[in-house]
Amino acid sequence: MSAVGERSTTDASGRGAAFHSPPAGAGALVVEPTLFERSRPGRRAVRFPAASEAARTAAASQPPIPDAARRTAPLRLPEVSELELVRHFNRLSRLNHAIDIDFYPLGSCTMKYNPKLNEWAARLPGLSGSHPLDPGPLSQGSLELQWLLAELLREIGGFAVVSLQPAAGAHGELTGMLMTRAFHRSRGEGDQRRVVLVPDSAHGTNPATASMVGFTTRTVPSNARGGIDLDALRGALGPDTAALMITNPSTLGIFEDQIDDVLSAVQAAGAIAYMDGANLNAILGRFRAGEAGFDVMHFNLHKTFSTPHGGGGPGAGPIGVSPRLAPFLPAPLPQLVEGDPATVLANAWSGRSTPDARFALEAPGVRPTAIGQVRTFGGNFGMHLRAYAYIRANGAAGLRQVTDDAVLAANYVRVRLGDAYELPFDRICKHEVVFSARRQKREHGVSALDIAKAILDEGIHPPTIYFPLIVEEALMIEPTETETRETLDRFVAVMRDIADRSARDPEAVRQAPRTTPVGRLDEATAARQPDLGWPFPEADRTEATLGG
Amino acid sequence: MTYSPHTDADRVAMLGAIGVASVDDLFADIPESVRATRFDLPSPLTEQEVRAELSRLAGRNRIPEVSFLGAGAYRRLIPAVVDEVVGRAEFATAYTPYQPEVSQGTLQSIYEFQSLVCELTGMEVASASHYDGATATAEGALMACRLTGRHRVAVSRTVHPQVRRVLETYCSGPGVEVVEVRADLSEAGSGLTDLSAVGSLVGGDVACLIVQEPNFFGLLEPMSELAAAAHAAGALVVTLVDPVSLALLEAPGRYGADIVTAEGQQLGIPLAFGGPYLGLMAARMSAVRQLPGRLVGATRDAAGRRGYVLTLQAREQHIRREKAASNICTNQALCALAATAYLSAVGPQGLREAAERSTIQARHLVATLETAGIASRRFTAPYFNEVALRLADAGARHAELLEQSILAGLVIGPEYPELPDTLLLATTELTTDEDIRRLADALGAAS
Repeated sequence: MSAVGERSTTDASGRGAAFHSPPAGAGALVVEPTLFERSRPGRRAVRFPAASEAARTAAASQPPIPDAARRTAPLRLPEVSELELVRHFNRLSRLNHAIDIDFYPLGSCTMKYNPKLNEWAARLPGLSGSHPLDPGPLSQGSLELQWLLAELLREIGGFAVVSLQPAAGAHGELTGMLMTRAFHRSRGEGDQRRVVLVPDSAHGTNPATASMVGFTTRTVPSNARGGIDLDALRGALGPDTAALMITNPSTLGIFEDQIDDVLSAVQAAGAIAYMDGANLNAILGRFRAGEAGFDVMHFNLHKTFSTPHGGGGPGAGPIGVSPRLAPFLPAPLPQLVEGDPATVLANAWSGRSTPDARFALEAPGVRPTAIGQVRTFGGNFGMHLRAYAYIRANGAAGLRQVTDDAVLAANYVRVRLGDAYELPFDRICKHEVVFSARRQKREHGVSALDIAKAILDEGIHPPTIYFPLIVEEALMIEPTETETRETLDRFVAVMRDIADRSARDPEAVRQAPRTTPVGRLDEATAARQPDLGWPFPEADRTEATLGG
Repeated sequence: MTYSPHTDADRVAMLGAIGVASVDDLFADIPESVRATRFDLPSPLTEQEVRAELSRLAGRNRIPEVSFLGAGAYRRLIPAVVDEVVGRAEFATAYTPYQPEVSQGTLQSIYEFQSLVCELTGMEVASASHYDGATATAEGALMACRLTGRHRVAVSRTVHPQVRRVLETYCSGPGVEVVEVRADLSEAGSGLTDLSAVGSLVGGDVACLIVQEPNFFGLLEPMSELAAAAHAAGALVVTLVDPVSLALLEAPGRYGADIVTAEGQQLGIPLAFGGPYLGLMAARMSAVRQLPGRLVGATRDAAGRRGYVLTLQAREQHIRREKAASNICTNQALCALAATAYLSAVGPQGLREAAERSTIQARHLVATLETAGIASRRFTAPYFNEVALRLADAGARHAELLEQSILAGLVIGPEYPELPDTLLLATTELTTDEDIRRLADALGAAS
């Protein structure tokens, strides 16, 4: 690691080590061959026991798999020893940046520490081995866990009911929009209410989700303070409005301080108020969307509640709803069917089971108003149990502290970098702060992308860039609550140094990154001539074709 | 317990730098009228207490000693090396590879995953994965609508009931009509999709036929004939397959499937009460621009080094917004990594061994129960590793066996009222001769 540190071009951090940088003299590690290149016929790792003679004899009396259904093409899976497999993936892993390696201030993604305790819990055989169709008597623990988590999320969001079924934030949005439509249909307004209003600062999923449900979207502009333009909103609301989808705090990291007026206007128009809960980390214990008047919100368990992002999933996107949307929730919901809810909760909070409590999934079809099922089984249970462990570890006090420290960290970065980069909206922020590199771009030809690449050379993951779309050359920084002040100071130093270098030697910044396993990749060619899978040798293909 | 690193001194110093007196000042922008009035959650727990609580809940589950339950989620061997790979924090605690220079591990593993899915299915392009097999199938149906410009999809009654429900839900969004294709579920029927019903789709303006292979009852559908009949109606073919079965069964690309989806849970992913699982989706290269979900492509850097990037993003929500092919953002990257590690750990031989042992044990099971006069096959078509058996008083017998820690599969009457007294039993490579003997003894003793 010291050799890597020497490659650092700045002393700003005090420890510029970049874990993912190629170790000196180990260039061969940088490009790891694919599994297909490592493969040699006849090598293998795992073997399975052959069926017994008795089993084969008995099976012979049964109809075999017909020849016509059998595979005709060779199956060219990799053939590798277990050690080669381990080395392959371990070497690949070293090419990744990750939270467990260094700072990851990727805005709107809440890259906080993922506690190891949760991973321990996920590997408990009683939970990981629970089959989703296990009859009730076998799955009381899984059902109780889901019921308890739903109760906790209900309290956190201030909602009437929570469904854990959606598998991701975008999936929660889809569920919420389907429920929105079902609600309007139930009132005979399904054909009339076809428009979903989305602020111009919204994440791209919001309009994409509305489209998937057959709604059209109309964009509402932001005002000069980074909030929603209330007059424009009032002008856009009408008898054709199905819903407003709003992220609060917004993608600018700003709490919508006219939220009261926004909600009144939406309610007066007979529309549904949807809150994108992506930024919930900023408001735990301070603002409860359901209590404030929102009809529906999705939770991102992989953001706020610390489940690992996994390189892009799996996440989980439970939704909470107001009483008027509850009938439309996806089925089946886990329910307490015998026993007193207050007793069950009190016992669980004291670590006790309630002997006469019984949990069950709703039977299919029992709630005809439900929008249906949005995925198989009850959702990403593996994420549910991690989130449950996290919420229980923190408790009310801990979750309040999470929010306080997350907001403290973002504001600290805001003031420490405010003179180095432009702040389009210079006011108290919540969990994240959005800077603009437009000055660097205009004066020195150094873009947000260049700055991001220069950050890579310091072993830190860059902020989200070019989002939200309404900020030119956006740098969206979300430090989270789990980073020390030293880490924040080091990041500030790196960012200031890059701002200095952008003025002094812009070309060098434009040449970044230099210490990463690969340099900037040719994305244009990747899109123009897509290479999306391993090209097996043509001889194989021909043989395969003949085989058919 | 909190994971915050800050000391009180840190907080004071940071508040000072910001120029506010207390952290409450940072929340002054939340209007009084909407501030939370309650936050009634239990007290914080220490690690020891969290362990006790999660152990309590795990202990409330009962994992049966013998299980024949499958029906879309299967207990299979997860090689130790697979869990080791997915446990690597460099994979688990990374996010979407937006910065490819420091995400080559994730990106290359997804490229390898896409390659493996193409190889299994005989298709030309595969997405980086979806939430599960059902959502992949539903997205496949919507993709077929975009490709054909039609707004009706046909799904066989032999497709997993939960998959059909998810399909209905997804199709209700854009107002796509779902029509059910009947199957021969009569007494001594084949248990297969009715080919003549598929033939009658001609002129019906149907975007796709959705079939499952092996179907929900574990039976092998006449895929080539179904595909030909669907194509004759101008419809595409969306096939939901079992990835393990593809070690033995024909690659869908070779019998005319246009879009192939699968539930990948069997590839090294724990049951975990239903998720996270893994949706696989593959198609023809000509359809790539309508394929939903992320795609990773290989390219080069300026120095000519091979590297991988997210590509063809013009299909996706963050670029196209309301015109995107889907709203999907994440894939199930860590689950896709598990599948990639699994498939390379078992290799072609191992996957064949697992599949073969599963099919032999299914036949062993049926032969044992039939010979003893305990149960008989409900349908006549050839089966793979799951089988529908007729058993008098199936529901009560199923419940009785639970008392002996034997889970005799799934009672399918609640999903298929036309199939009373029917159990769906699955075998995998983990099914032992002893498991089969215990089931037969228990059922024999009770009869």
